[in-house]
Amino acid sequence: MNSKISAQTLRFVRRGQAVALGNVAPDRTLLEVLREDLQLTATKEGCGEGDCGACTVVLAQAVNGKLQYQSINSCIRLAHSVDGMAVFTAEDLSAPTLKAGASPDLHPCQEAMVQCHGSQCGFCTPGFVMSLFGMYQNSGGGQGITREQAQVDLSGNLCRCTGYRPILDAAEKMGSLPLPVGCGVDEAATVAALKALKPKQNGDENYLRPTTLVALLQARSAHPKAQVVAGCTDVGLWVTKLHKRFERVLDVTAAHELERVETYPHHIAIGAAVNLTDAFAALVKERPQLKTFSQRFAGLPVRNSGTLGGNVANGSPIGDAMPLLIALGASVVLMRWKKTAAGGEIAHRELRLEDLYTGYRTNVMRADELLCWIKVPRPETKAFMRVYKISKRFDDDISAVCLAIQMTLKDGTVQQVSIGAGGVAATPARAHQTEATMLGQPWNADTVMAATAALRAEFQPISDMRASAAYRQTVLGNLLRRFWLESQGMTTINLESLTASSLEATA
Amino acid sequence: MNARDKNSTESPVVISSRADAGAPSVQAETIEAPTYPSTGSGRTALRAAGQSRFHESARAQVAGTATYIDDIPEVRGTLHAAPVCSPVAHGILRKLDASAALALPGVRAVIDAGDIPGDTTLAAFAHDEPVFALDTVMFTGQVIALVVADDVMTARRAARLVKLDIEPLPAVLNVHEAHALESYVLPPVQVSRGDAGAALKRAPHQLEGRFEVGGQEHFYLEGQVAYVLPLEQNQWWVYTSTQHPGEVQHWVSHALGIANNAVTVECRRMGGGFGGKETQAGHLAVWAAIAANQLKCPVKLRLDRDDDFMITGKRHPFAYHYRVGFDDSGLLCGLELEMLVNCGFSADLSGPVADRAIFHADNAYFLEDVAVASYRCKTNTQSHTAFRGFGGPQGVIVIERILSDIARTLGLDPLDVRLRNLYGIEERNVTHYQMKVEDNILEPLMTQLAYTSGYRERREQVTAWNASSPVIQKGLALTPVKFGISFTATLFNQAGALVHVYTDGSVQVNHGGTEMGQGLNTKVAQIVADELGVPFERVLATASDTSKVPNASATAASSGTDLNGRAAQFAARHVRDNLAAFVAGLDGCGAGAVRFEGGQVITEKSTRRWEDVVGAAYANRIQLWSDGFYRTPKIHYDKATLTGRPFYYFAYGAAVSEVAIDTLTGEYRVLKVDILHDVGHSINPAIDIGQIEGGFIQGMGWLTTEQLVWNGKGYLQTHAPSTYKIPATGDVPEHFKVELWPEANREDNVHGSKAVGEPPFMLAISVYEALRDAVAQAGGDPLLVNAPATAEEVLRAVSG
Repeated sequence: MNSKISAQTLRFVRRGQAVALGNVAPDRTLLEVLREDLQLTATKEGCGEGDCGACTVVLAQAVNGKLQYQSINSCIRLAHSVDGMAVFTAEDLSAPTLKAGASPDLHPCQEAMVQCHGSQCGFCTPGFVMSLFGMYQNSGGGQGITREQAQVDLSGNLCRCTGYRPILDAAEKMGSLPLPVGCGVDEAATVAALKALKPKQNGDENYLRPTTLVALLQARSAHPKAQVVAGCTDVGLWVTKLHKRFERVLDVTAAHELERVETYPHHIAIGAAVNLTDAFAALVKERPQLKTFSQRFAGLPVRNSGTLGGNVANGSPIGDAMPLLIALGASVVLMRWKKTAAGGEIAHRELRLEDLYTGYRTNVMRADELLCWIKVPRPETKAFMRVYKISKRFDDDISAVCLAIQMTLKDGTVQQVSIGAGGVAATPARAHQTEATMLGQPWNADTVMAATAALRAEFQPISDMRASAAYRQTVLGNLLRRFWLESQGMTTINLESLTASSLEATA
Repeated sequence: MNARDKNSTESPVVISSRADAGAPSVQAETIEAPTYPSTGSGRTALRAAGQSRFHESARAQVAGTATYIDDIPEVRGTLHAAPVCSPVAHGILRKLDASAALALPGVRAVIDAGDIPGDTTLAAFAHDEPVFALDTVMFTGQVIALVVADDVMTARRAARLVKLDIEPLPAVLNVHEAHALESYVLPPVQVSRGDAGAALKRAPHQLEGRFEVGGQEHFYLEGQVAYVLPLEQNQWWVYTSTQHPGEVQHWVSHALGIANNAVTVECRRMGGGFGGKETQAGHLAVWAAIAANQLKCPVKLRLDRDDDFMITGKRHPFAYHYRVGFDDSGLLCGLELEMLVNCGFSADLSGPVADRAIFHADNAYFLEDVAVASYRCKTNTQSHTAFRGFGGPQGVIVIERILSDIARTLGLDPLDVRLRNLYGIEERNVTHYQMKVEDNILEPLMTQLAYTSGYRERREQVTAWNASSPVIQKGLALTPVKFGISFTATLFNQAGALVHVYTDGSVQVNHGGTEMGQGLNTKVAQIVADELGVPFERVLATASDTSKVPNASATAASSGTDLNGRAAQFAARHVRDNLAAFVAGLDGCGAGAVRFEGGQVITEKSTRRWEDVVGAAYANRIQLWSDGFYRTPKIHYDKATLTGRPFYYFAYGAAVSEVAIDTLTGEYRVLKVDILHDVGHSINPAIDIGQIEGGFIQGMGWLTTEQLVWNGKGYLQTHAPSTYKIPATGDVPEHFKVELWPEANREDNVHGSKAVGEPPFMLAISVYEALRDAVAQAGGDPLLVNAPATAEEVLRAVSG
């Protein structure tokens, strides 16, 4: 035992019981704590970057006395970010063995995997089981899970052995299996145990997790060098892959004001603590055509951890949210704590999203500022909006090219257009020159041809392991052609909208 | 112990205790087992084999209690290692400065070539690979040293602090350059029959082509890992995730300069292997052992995924140049084929991999006049290694591509050209390596699949769709596979097993194979259960362990069940024969009249519980455990000429794939897949179907999204799943149907089964050919499609 007393106690609930750990450094991952400190080895490390899902665990939080479940990647999740939550791993699902020699009863998500022959080497299996458990808990016991939903919700879990068919079968089957005694979650006990963990007001000194916006901004002001995290699905890789160390971390995700999506007459405002799952749900609710795109943004465990605010503040040139938000005319609200004679107040400013970035992963934010809100205009009925993503793999891949276009016509003429592009420059970018060739022009083949040429000329993409510059340039233009064809009402020109059965029907 | 050389495949020798058991003198002392009335002929005992038993570890795997190497509780004092890798592809290693690394708190040592007590060259068969880079580095990622620290992250951080002074040398980064420089890891090999040149001249039509097929990262979900523990008196225990514990034992003892018997290697299971843990696991064990030896404490080395990508070998990339002749019906007349094999910086298994590519360049077709030249190119990249199919896929894809192109040239359906060229039954049935194909079932198999999948009608539907679809174009292909089963190196086709029956009637089986998810232990347990007539649940398969079954071959070449299943069957049969003789003595019947089924031992006179017979036999000093040994019959092969019968039999299959491509972006979807595959009489249909589906999807990944990209300096840019894309759930075709061919193996193989691990991988070539068909139908040039056929590759070809 280390005799040194640390303020950095990490507390969470496991199997209905509180677990308290001392001396957990602010940059340790949840996976390390599970495997190394607690010797809970069911949860595996496959890649250490949130791309394979072998490390998937499920977190639960009590919201209005009910548990809400989310599968997440424990390998890139900082351990302290689960303080005050319930943590479920594959060890926690089966019933305790009742009599000697008897194999314990399995949870339906486990039993279905056995019965469908869903495990071969078994290394990805606990991760799949936890993703299935998350689906089970969020679907009233695995009810109504379709193959399509299973494919979408499990796209963040890789399996190299089975070819997935038996795992998808298991997802569909688990709802029909009985829940053995001792396998279900005792919600009441878990909620009570969570309540008994008194929330820390501001987290620990080295892992700051303020629960109010004011406290968050004050902490930022006091610790401008602290590493800011808002889900940590990118920063987690700086720890696991770049071996960076953080003496102090400032986590924005507990500030309760920022956990909301607020709806106003002309825009919705998405708080920086809203995860990608909920943020995309809000966007898709307003614009159903974004559904497929939202499902292709990483895998579900990453969307459950990562935030839209984090994605935007991070400003990766290949982040998929920004081209979309640029096309939608989104803006960001930056906030800071301003000292005044009376003590202090929140100061804020609002920018168009495309004006946030100054270069490769650089932006205009002050050291004491935090990105707190993303404001997205509500859809206009006449606007025609599409977003396209090109990647090597359909699901859970990073774009080679991402193009989002919103256009409004008046009397057959382009009245408004905004185009966001990703993967083609050092920052997510707005295609101003292309927009200029379209504005005020009649929406016809000639305009499309001119705009296509303009779009290809506007950016000088690079060649890398995802795609060549030539391909990116060609495809940029071709996607604009697709936008034109879709605007003309053509329907069978997208793979995404076609299935084998629908292709047959139209053939 | 039984003399192994007494055992043969035809008539397993019964161990000596059987005679004693039946002898009157023993019978006098016999403790009578209680007998039960026979249950009569109405009852049929359920046999284990042929049933879709769940994987023996499935319940533990889903509960997270199945143990992998990194899950083993660590012994007190265990240290953790991380590799120091070369940042340049080729250069002179002038200096290694570890001072900054050693200054990091928690770092215990930096281990390099100077710390190797034995040979500084690995015991790999070509003896051409240093344990740690000595004075030159040969590829970006080559391990130069190891940092050992109190915990993993400290070791990994410190490894980046080691300063390397390397003087760069020119690097050879592709096969064309290597071939021009005659830079080879092994001498070129030529195999020919007839006169290809003359046949080409006579041929009414000719095609010439060049294309390339990329490598493939194994992406076993469990990365490479070894945990080495010093025991007393310079003995060692090695936990490692390996397909070949015997080779790890050999390599570790060689590097430590000690005898093989001082090293024990254990592997309960791997989190996936696919060939990537055949030789590559040995490196980690050797590195960890050298550190453990130097520091006199247990050392664990678990590679970070990115390091695993950078260090370990992959499937061999190939480049091809061919000239082929054919007549108006599409019949092949003359093939000249040159294969440039990217072996990386050392030979590793490149020789046999490249050989197997030659053996499978015919796939299913009779090549009358053929000349194949194979160049084993040495490049400054990772040393490429075994990967499911072992060169077979790189051979098969050439001829499949050629036949599609012939069909397109002649305006014929590619299926008809394929059927036209199949090996015959009575004639045209000898391969270019002089092996007679005796078990060919492809004509009826492909015909049946074409019928059940509606291939002909769909061909018309695809054409009709394409005529009216402006952007999306479809493609269709049916391709077969014929895959030779056996290690081409005949000596590896041997296996041993131990079956232990304990006095309570429970059974343990141990064999020289390894479990990597393929269900080997499940199948072996099924085989043993049936041999002893006990319920499947009574049989437990235990960890592979070099101290139990020595000198075992790698679990590879799809042969795990054929070899180890048979060896275990013989071991169980020996025990059963002992018990049969014992019971025959009791009942006064012949031993052959004693039946073992349903947990009972039955003669005409009595029915006894298995447990009672075992208890009684023990009391009568009957041996309740035995070894078993198997060597594959009939095979022989001349390594110099690459001729003979390298394979015991062939496994067959065929697949129909239908795809749709997007001509604006090159993106595509695999819409429908129908497979008919030959596993003989399946020992476990669910496991076999799992191998077929998994192999197919993995093969599809190889040919579609799994692109390895090395930059101009030899640095592998796709070194993690963020950039290297194996298939995910969304890539599974909406229609994905697998059926098993009903016929038993025509050769005498365990339970009439056939090997299944590798052959289905090549069925995915149907996806590649369907994509090329779609490109052609879209007006593009299918000759431009290299593999992997990424969206970019497809769009390039569509644009012609």
